Amino acid sequence: MGSETSPKIVIVDESPIRAAILEEGLREAGFTGVTHIREMHNLLARIYALDPDVILIDLENPSRDVLEQMFQVSRAVRRPIAMFVDQSDSASIQASVDAGVSAYIVDGLKKERIKPILDLCISRFNAFSNLQDQLDRARSALEDRKVIDRAKGILMKLKGLTEDEAYVLLRSTAMREKKKIGEIAQSILTASELLK
Amino acid sequence: MTEALRIGFIPLVDAAALIVAVDKGFCAAEGLDVTLVREVSWSNVRDKLNIGLFDAAHLLAPVAIASSLGLGHVKVPIVAPFNLGLNGNAITVSPALHADIMAELSGDRFDPMATALALARVVAARRKSGAEPLTFGMTFPFSTHNYQLRFWMAAGGVDPNEDVRLVVLPPPYMVESLANGHVDAFCVGAPWNSVAVDLGVGHILHFVADILVRAVEKVLAVRQDWSEKNRAVLAALIRAHERAAEFIELPQNRAEAARILSAPERIGVDPEVIQRTLDGRLKISPDGTMRESSRYLLVGRQGAARPDPVQAAWLYAQMVRWGQTAVSPEALMVAMAVFRPDLYDAALGREAKPSEATNGIGAFAGPTFDAHDIAGHLAAFKIGRQKP
Repeated sequence: MGSETSPKIVIVDESPIRAAILEEGLREAGFTGVTHIREMHNLLARIYALDPDVILIDLENPSRDVLEQMFQVSRAVRRPIAMFVDQSDSASIQASVDAGVSAYIVDGLKKERIKPILDLCISRFNAFSNLQDQLDRARSALEDRKVIDRAKGILMKLKGLTEDEAYVLLRSTAMREKKKIGEIAQSILTASELLK
Repeated sequence: MTEALRIGFIPLVDAAALIVAVDKGFCAAEGLDVTLVREVSWSNVRDKLNIGLFDAAHLLAPVAIASSLGLGHVKVPIVAPFNLGLNGNAITVSPALHADIMAELSGDRFDPMATALALARVVAARRKSGAEPLTFGMTFPFSTHNYQLRFWMAAGGVDPNEDVRLVVLPPPYMVESLANGHVDAFCVGAPWNSVAVDLGVGHILHFVADILVRAVEKVLAVRQDWSEKNRAVLAALIRAHERAAEFIELPQNRAEAARILSAPERIGVDPEVIQRTLDGRLKISPDGTMRESSRYLLVGRQGAARPDPVQAAWLYAQMVRWGQTAVSPEALMVAMAVFRPDLYDAALGREAKPSEATNGIGAFAGPTFDAHDIAGHLAAFKIGRQKP
């Protein structure tokens, strides 16, 4: 594919997982010239060497300010680069800021060509943060289970209960106090630490 | 009734008035419920202010002007009714460059003309020996830091576009970049110069007040349309900032202010380092040499908080000098109108004063700044990149 059909895209992102998710999406959509930059040192030199048509960067990255330098007239820049902003379309700017991504394009690249890339980018960034949320929830559920198991053990030992009885006691206490089982279990662990 | 506001900031000491206004309760006393949002880049602050995710922001003064002129980015008119920080930047150089400059120095080491001439000799010697050009870090293309560095070195005959490299670096990366040799020097705000000195990787060569007696670096910025729809809220915000600035400038409050600012979700740096910058008593060399200046980092004292359109005109002139835009009388008017002493005076119930600052800039080189003749003023400088 020539550059007319597949613009050269650079992804600047310190998160390898998110960059991989984005890169995969772009390739599936037929954008084959995708490169990922993870190392922020000498960022401009790396970008100039790749000479991309589109640069995508995550908004948590302080190096975004480094990219702003590309707008300046300088010997180092071969092709002028502009941030992708469409004054008439504030919804798309808002969506990209919400998703946490920003796009810079070679001046003159047509809006119709950048729009699908940005849309894909926004949806992949959102997918990544959903994934991260799920992961965080799964992690805390796992933590809860470990805490509940230990609290059950303490109750079994101190009160001579079976595992099932210990669990029922935890659950009914949680319901009565309008708290989560994990919280009740945690307070049992804390109390037993104090009373040791 | 309380008004909920979201305000963005970058973790730097010149966000002090904003942070103290919120965390010390001055905003709440004015009926404002402010959520501070710490950001990682000036581009983020600008964009979130522009699209309305922030109601107000701690912003680089030249970015407020560039945004109003549509330079480098979308055109969104911004107004700046309160100066957050003047003269807080400093130029820090690596120990190697410091030694080179001192070896070439003839004259006072705090005299910026003497150091600029010494730098020119160092640059010439490096070129002769085939060494790489020196690299200087600054924080943003539209920043007072950029203009201060350029003004200083150009006065000594060093062309910032030809003789050295000027690169943008996020402030938190400055110290590391100096330590590992990616840059030879930088111009940045507090606390990063002090952090470099404490780590033994840099010497503070100049407080920027050596270069310009008075230079606005950061402002409280709001969108112009927002300011028109929310006059009362903006006035309350200005009053809360004025109280915070007055609080910070009383020496007996500095320790408390430094403690508030040092919180991890605010600036996240040792309170002792922050207090040094508020007191204007900085360690300038790793050997412990101290330097004190009453003009370092003005947060409200000496009338610093009141916007001065002449300052905006000077910043606009630098954009012209370095080729970021072409000179135009209309653009100059737009730039000057970004700084709003009228909003400041009205909020505080003060009489509008006639513009008191005549030569509020006080540059160490070149003719006295004339806001009414930018082209004529710039013609006096040999080095520059004006657009035709």
